[in-house]
Amino acid sequence: MQLVCPAGSLPALKAAVRQGADAVYTGFRDDTNARHFAGLNFTEKQLQSGLELIRREGRQLYIAVNTYALPDGWPRWQRAVDQAADLGVDALIAADPGVLAYASRRHPALRLHLSVQGSATNAAALTFYHERYGIQRAVLPRVLSLAQVRQVAAGSPVPIEVFAFGSLCIMAEGRCHLSSYVTGQSPNLCGVCSPASAVRWTQEPEALSSRLNEVLIDRYVEGEAAGYPTLCKGRFMVNGKRFHALEEPTSLNTLALIPELDAVGVVAVKVEGRQRSPAYVEQVARVWRQALDSYARAPDRFAVEAGWNQALASVSEGSQTTLGAYHRAWQ
Amino acid sequence: MKLTLGPILFYWSREAIIDFYADMATQPLDVIYLGETVCAKRRALSLDDWLGLARDLREACDAEVVVSGLALIEAASELSSLRRLCDNGDLLVEANDMAAVQFLSERKLPFVGGPSLNLYNAFAVAELMNAGMLRWVPPVECSQALLEHLQQQARDQALSLPELEVFAWGYLPLAYSARCFTARAENRPKDDCGFICQHYPEGIPLLTQEGQPLFTLNGIQTMSAGVCNLLAEYPKMRTMGVDALRLSPRATDMGEVIAQFQAVRQGQQPPVLVDGCNGYWHGQPGMLRVEEVGLC
Repeated sequence: MQLVCPAGSLPALKAAVRQGADAVYTGFRDDTNARHFAGLNFTEKQLQSGLELIRREGRQLYIAVNTYALPDGWPRWQRAVDQAADLGVDALIAADPGVLAYASRRHPALRLHLSVQGSATNAAALTFYHERYGIQRAVLPRVLSLAQVRQVAAGSPVPIEVFAFGSLCIMAEGRCHLSSYVTGQSPNLCGVCSPASAVRWTQEPEALSSRLNEVLIDRYVEGEAAGYPTLCKGRFMVNGKRFHALEEPTSLNTLALIPELDAVGVVAVKVEGRQRSPAYVEQVARVWRQALDSYARAPDRFAVEAGWNQALASVSEGSQTTLGAYHRAWQ
Repeated sequence: MKLTLGPILFYWSREAIIDFYADMATQPLDVIYLGETVCAKRRALSLDDWLGLARDLREACDAEVVVSGLALIEAASELSSLRRLCDNGDLLVEANDMAAVQFLSERKLPFVGGPSLNLYNAFAVAELMNAGMLRWVPPVECSQALLEHLQQQARDQALSLPELEVFAWGYLPLAYSARCFTARAENRPKDDCGFICQHYPEGIPLLTQEGQPLFTLNGIQTMSAGVCNLLAEYPKMRTMGVDALRLSPRATDMGEVIAQFQAVRQGQQPPVLVDGCNGYWHGQPGMLRVEEVGLC
């Protein structure tokens, strides 16, 4: 299985390559990609330099143009596709049928991967994108159980990539408007979820409060670990009870599932976190490289080393990890 | 402009569903959508029951009747059930997942594109028209400005557009997950949910720790706490060429809601202020009622 790592910056890209990523994915510095944060992403010059390193080391570079094109901003998406093709990247990761149509017609040699934002969770949806736009791989949303991943992979016309580690989206990606409902900015259109500009922390007498566009997401008493105020990971009141009504602030960690993912035919595992630091990328890529190599050497004897999980826990949200939807209790 | 009734998004009993549509058959509606779009575990009506009800309804009233497919297709059983829905033979289908688009386009059948398909620009809409889409309900987060830009883009590119149906009233469907939040709130595993959502005919309110209503939990779907209401925007929507307005069923007073829209459609001045949220339409956070905060 291929290890696909995130790079929100040139130092992160270098770290991923250094630690053995088979492929690195990144995006341009605008709303054409779904990790559109201030200070993140690449200028064309930085990307050129990153690509030279990738080529020298024999790895692959994928570019995400995976937001949905705004009608009055169409030239930006068109230009992003053209730039990726001109750079000679190994794949373009996209979700918008308009963008996919443009890319497949204008640049027939450009390899296309369906982004997780495409929200395709079944073989029939993947067939649609394959037949019409010739996608050659698809990234599945983080909402399927292992048995469902197996079914999708078995019926899919293209190989499957899944999320292996990182922040956990519990909603089907591409089908979540929680962020725009509260802040006006959406992952699909602006490439941001719970944008930092809408976040406010307040130390109140009894607790530390986190707010998103003035909506209270959570309160933390002294000593409690405070998470980023993402809407789906706050503590709310439901039927008079206060709890993480949607999801605890945990990270997805599927090290233990490597043999199963391989067995169901997954061709690539993806690390989430283009918004994270180069140190995060370094740490996660290193552990996952070791784990995948260990599995490749002796598949029958594969076991997760305690040191791997410790290293990953140190870069996880709330220092907690979960199998997410792969876990049966979710289904 | 047409008035349409969207599919019931909540889990109601069989009797409640039958009674509801008996009432709706007497209303001034142009299109009625029905079928299960949220959770395949909901079995008050089987697929055959839904198709039977749709055909009965078509006989009982003048409205066009459309059957709606599931929005999030995960299991093989859900996919085969969707295939059967698409193969129904005579009823128009609302596709809420690309799987339905694929099945319908393979069969060269026209369809309605539901609000959970991600279409935000004229090129993407043209792709789906090419696959057979004749009417389109944009994602609920689309603003008036976005839709006007999309219409302009279509004119500039000489692309034709399908009929445009705007989600104009009801709880906004905001997100879909593998996890059932109603079961989670009741401390039940999803695979032994006991159909607990039938106890909540309008979902469960989710409030912040300060008591501000934020969302509505409806099984695997998360909805807005506020009821979206675009009645005051009727004249603008007519001017820009919106073809249909979707009213999303609630458990009570649907007749009254339909009557208000019908009165405006027949020429009565729309109210300046309405209850409910309309931020999305104005390019603002969807939860806002823009008149209230002076953004209009």
